[in-house]
Amino acid sequence: MADNREVVETQPGRGRPVIAPGYTFGTVTDQISSVVLTKKTPIFWFACFGFGFALLLIFLWAVAVLFAKGVGVWGIQRPVMWGFAITNFVWWIGIGHAGTLISAILLLLNQSWRNSINRFAEAMTLFAVACAGMFPLLHLGRPWLFYWLFPYPNSMGVQPQFRSPLVWDVFAVSTYATVSLLFWFVGLLPDLGTLRDRAPSRLGRFLYGMLAMGWRGSARHWSIYETATLLLAGLATPLVVSVHTVVSFDFTIAIVPGWHSTFFPPYFVAGAIYSGFAMVLVLAIPLRKVYGLEGLITQRHLDNSAKIMLATGLIVSYAYIMETFSAWYSGNTYEGAAIWHRMTGPYAGQYWLLVTCNIIALQVLWFKRVRLSPLLLFIESMVVLVGMWLERYMIIVSSLAQDFMPGAWGLFHATRWDWATYFGTIGLFMFLFFLFIRLLPMISIFEVRTLLPQAKVEEESEA
Amino acid sequence: MKPPIYGVMAEFDNPTALVNAARRAREEGYRKVDAFSPFPIEELSEALHLHKNKLPLIVLLGGIGGLLTGYLMQYYVTVIYFPINIGGRPLHSWPAYIIITFELTILFAALAAVFGLLGLCGLPMPYHPVFNVPRFALASRNRFFLCIESTDPLFDRSKTCQFLETLEASEVTEVAH
Repeated sequence: MADNREVVETQPGRGRPVIAPGYTFGTVTDQISSVVLTKKTPIFWFACFGFGFALLLIFLWAVAVLFAKGVGVWGIQRPVMWGFAITNFVWWIGIGHAGTLISAILLLLNQSWRNSINRFAEAMTLFAVACAGMFPLLHLGRPWLFYWLFPYPNSMGVQPQFRSPLVWDVFAVSTYATVSLLFWFVGLLPDLGTLRDRAPSRLGRFLYGMLAMGWRGSARHWSIYETATLLLAGLATPLVVSVHTVVSFDFTIAIVPGWHSTFFPPYFVAGAIYSGFAMVLVLAIPLRKVYGLEGLITQRHLDNSAKIMLATGLIVSYAYIMETFSAWYSGNTYEGAAIWHRMTGPYAGQYWLLVTCNIIALQVLWFKRVRLSPLLLFIESMVVLVGMWLERYMIIVSSLAQDFMPGAWGLFHATRWDWATYFGTIGLFMFLFFLFIRLLPMISIFEVRTLLPQAKVEEESEA
Repeated sequence: MKPPIYGVMAEFDNPTALVNAARRAREEGYRKVDAFSPFPIEELSEALHLHKNKLPLIVLLGGIGGLLTGYLMQYYVTVIYFPINIGGRPLHSWPAYIIITFELTILFAALAAVFGLLGLCGLPMPYHPVFNVPRFALASRNRFFLCIESTDPLFDRSKTCQFLETLEASEVTEVAH
């Protein structure tokens, strides 16, 4: 399998091929589909899937306790009623954003290098949104009544308040989840056809065949398909920007000091892409190593992703600085106090850790040596994920804990069930993600084929 | 008398040969021609004159439908069905409607794009005669196929086969129904 593959990474920098030379349509197809169609599963997969599954069980346990006893098992109490639940929600939604950025925005910008990372990044989006969705639902207190969030004719004679950002969130996140799923499935369609044609077992042929819906690679279909992907990308691009904007409205529409500010939407979107690319790298670096995909997910992908992280991270750093500046410049006592409490108050430790993770550690990405070292990038991405989680925690918890009246202040302390639910969703994510790795092609086979030099149609000289 | 067939199919091993063959088939006057490739080829759509499709219109209609649904739903609920007077503020508070209107526009347009795609392609279609060609499984891997259908007015079983053989095809086969 793919013996003629040769990974050339001696000349890092511009002009490096997006994928390593030596691939053919056949070897690309074989290499990517063999991960799914083989009977052999690497130990790495069992380890990660098993770890994810164990965490998932913890999640189910935490949720069972929550259902039995109510949200009081979490550390939420007045005035910090949002606590971990909304922190984790915002963090997970943000992570999802990189997938849509890669699949939609980079498609519109004609960045063909995205072709070998878009599939698993989209899967990441889907699963991250699933994890994100858990938190507002569980936070409802009576999650089984979640459908009350939607407007439907009911005997109670009441309807949602459409002027509330929390209702906007319901529409934004459910639209985002649906569109991400559709986009992902449409992208999978031709590859499901490939798996149907190559699956050795009858069951595999049947299942992939059903999912492929009879895709046969017809030129007529391809022509419509290309239009459809372009249109979906055009729709997903404003959508992805709107989703985190709406999430930031949950804060900015309120008058809580530290929340009520106009730059939250761009700041949230940049932060989302920052953490999302960190997650892309955290997933891509071990996967390419274990499955020998270094020829398809090359150093150029790592380098480009690191550069996007650097750019969005700098926007986030700018936002921190402006947040501090505008709190001072506004002359508003409460705004100033909110920032001052963050820097020196009970959450100062978390604040400075967040500055270290998101601003100071980020600066290593200026160095090409770091961007080209998978290990260092992996560590830096982990640091960013922690930093971005702390950022969400800081925004939510520290602003709510100390707002206007000192008599109404109160600190938040996470309980073990908070942590169990949070780590549990990481388990849910890993569980879903590794099932995906095992059952569906993690790299878009047909889009990688278009990257090969052989895919270019040579014009006839006499024509 | 041989049983009727779906068409004849030629196999090529690179995209350039397929595009050239598709052009030649069009020049020859064949119209019921379809090509099959493992990835989208822009030149192929040009060669087969496939550039127009109705999908953008479907998506536009989906988007407009979503826009109207979103806005009118909120108008109906906040003004007619369940008005809440908050300090005398107007019931028809359109700036607050924009977000849900926007989200539903995107949602309906995206659904229209996906179902429009499936509808225009006639999918799901688990059975299709081209799958009867044993080597056609490679159309999703590394081979390129051109099929001239028997419903084409110029179609003639032996002549069309001969024509395809002149096109540098590596193999020409009949496609059973």
